[in-house]
Amino acid sequence: MTLLEIDSLSVGLRGTLLVQHVSLRVDRGETVGLVGESGSGKSLTAFAVMGLFPSPDLAIRAGQIRLDGVDLRTMSPRQLRAIRGAQIGMVFQDPSAFLDPLMPVGAQVAEALRIHGRASGAAAEALRLLRLVDLPDPAGIARRFPHMLSGGQRQRVLIAAALAMRPDLLLADEPTTALDATVQAGILDLLGRLQRELGLGVLLISHDLAVVAERCTQVAVMYAGRIVETGPAAALFTAPRHPYTQGLVRSTLATAADAKALFGIPGRVPSPADMPTGCRFQPRCPLAVELCRTAPALTPRGDVRADACWRSHDRIDAWRDAG
Amino acid sequence: MPVDPLLEAHEVARVFPGGGWLAPRPALRAVDGVSLAIAPGETVAVVGESGSGKSTLGRMLLGLDRPDEGRILYRAADIATRDGAARRRFRADVQVVFQDSFTSLNPRRSIAGSLGVPLRHNLGLGRAESQQRIDALLERVGLDPARFRDRLPHELSGGQRQRVGIARALASNPRVIIADEPVSALDVSVRAHILRLLRDLQREHGLACLFITHDLGVVRAIADRVVVMYRGRIVEHGAAAQVMSAPAHAYTRTLLAALPHPVRPEAPP
Repeated sequence: MTLLEIDSLSVGLRGTLLVQHVSLRVDRGETVGLVGESGSGKSLTAFAVMGLFPSPDLAIRAGQIRLDGVDLRTMSPRQLRAIRGAQIGMVFQDPSAFLDPLMPVGAQVAEALRIHGRASGAAAEALRLLRLVDLPDPAGIARRFPHMLSGGQRQRVLIAAALAMRPDLLLADEPTTALDATVQAGILDLLGRLQRELGLGVLLISHDLAVVAERCTQVAVMYAGRIVETGPAAALFTAPRHPYTQGLVRSTLATAADAKALFGIPGRVPSPADMPTGCRFQPRCPLAVELCRTAPALTPRGDVRADACWRSHDRIDAWRDAG
Repeated sequence: MPVDPLLEAHEVARVFPGGGWLAPRPALRAVDGVSLAIAPGETVAVVGESGSGKSTLGRMLLGLDRPDEGRILYRAADIATRDGAARRRFRADVQVVFQDSFTSLNPRRSIAGSLGVPLRHNLGLGRAESQQRIDALLERVGLDPARFRDRLPHELSGGQRQRVGIARALASNPRVIIADEPVSALDVSVRAHILRLLRDLQREHGLACLFITHDLGVVRAIADRVVVMYRGRIVEHGAAAQVMSAPAHAYTRTLLAALPHPVRPEAPP
């Protein structure tokens, strides 16, 4: 059952399109990964879903975002505010930035409930939520201030607050990037459990393809504002077809077959003001041909995969000759 | 044939006093009885999570912090008891690359300006000589001098700034480079470029390199030896390949298990 459907979304900053023709689907009970490096537009896509942008110059330029079949773009700001939090929960990279340093964390979770009109029993419900996210001694934790908690505990508190109104969809933007590796695994396990037990749809946004591939059913890879490849996580990781995805897999030090080879994709991500014509990866791509100056659309390849590459049907490893 | 170590920590400890006004806290032994040696041409990784003491150890090895117990030896002499000239020599010979070169570069100083500081202070070069050397350094770290000399840090990408950070470390002709999480702030596709640059420089100059990292991927890629720290102590050390393939300590196994396993055995092809 489709929960979130993003259809050909474009986001612009004044005259420049930073996100172009992005389509994504998240079903209930499913974790979908959105992978990209800095400047890929992955976080802007999440902001667009929430209808919140960090700058007034950013706006949705085209496309639709449907939650349970309802187009969020047709809603008034007031209706949107009701949906945010109540139907969409959000978790970010740096939990400290979203917690009030002067308020005990239990009260902050309860506040999330009150804001959305659930004042009675808010404190008890907050305790239930803190227990739900596997915090030891929830009553003790509830009385503490954010600085008294570890980074992983703070992130659990934020997840508890995000779940306060029993949302259907959880947007998790780099939820573990600031955390230690062993803590990261715990938080991702928690998100997986909540997704299964509560039937949540989760959009997991990360720069780390390996982390996402392990935790998601479907993955979309973004580059310079566009989706370049989508498919089942394992397939994308073991047999990537877009040269950019292939490069990402190869540069992942933790999992690369030959880490000592130290592979990195040559060149750099283009700046939004100076996008190459056609395929945006073309200036860095060893397989680029004349045709690549025309933008390839994200094209289905078989039932479950799609990529935006003119050359992917050749099934060549673009970096086979790379040192 | 063990080569004489260049930089050594000998049973060092760093104790942060407890106290606390309303709620007394015990003293924290952030680093506790750690010994470690780095020889020329060798890359040693210190692995651990936040709070393991790895960065405190790095600061002591750099002479930025003093051990409360034990000694830091550079070329077999205690760095705490060095006089002026030897002290300056140590400052030039042992250089650091930080995680976030944005906060370690002066935001109002051009790239050439930042690189000029160690050239004048550590090597005593004049203006014309400095200019030449700055261009050579930028060239060496893969930045076109004509394009980057006069830029400010905020105009550079993360990878480019880290290259400047490496050029600055290189400026004083160091023998030891201590890199504290040098790539963890960088995009995945850029990390390898920076690590490769550091590895090539190390081989060219026979540098002794110490990588402080929480990322076992970095260890796999670049380290000869690895030291695993947990709560201020070394819990395991050995050849990197050995420790990664057959970890002896439970904590090392936990760290390894936390690496992502994107393709599980039962997953369909």
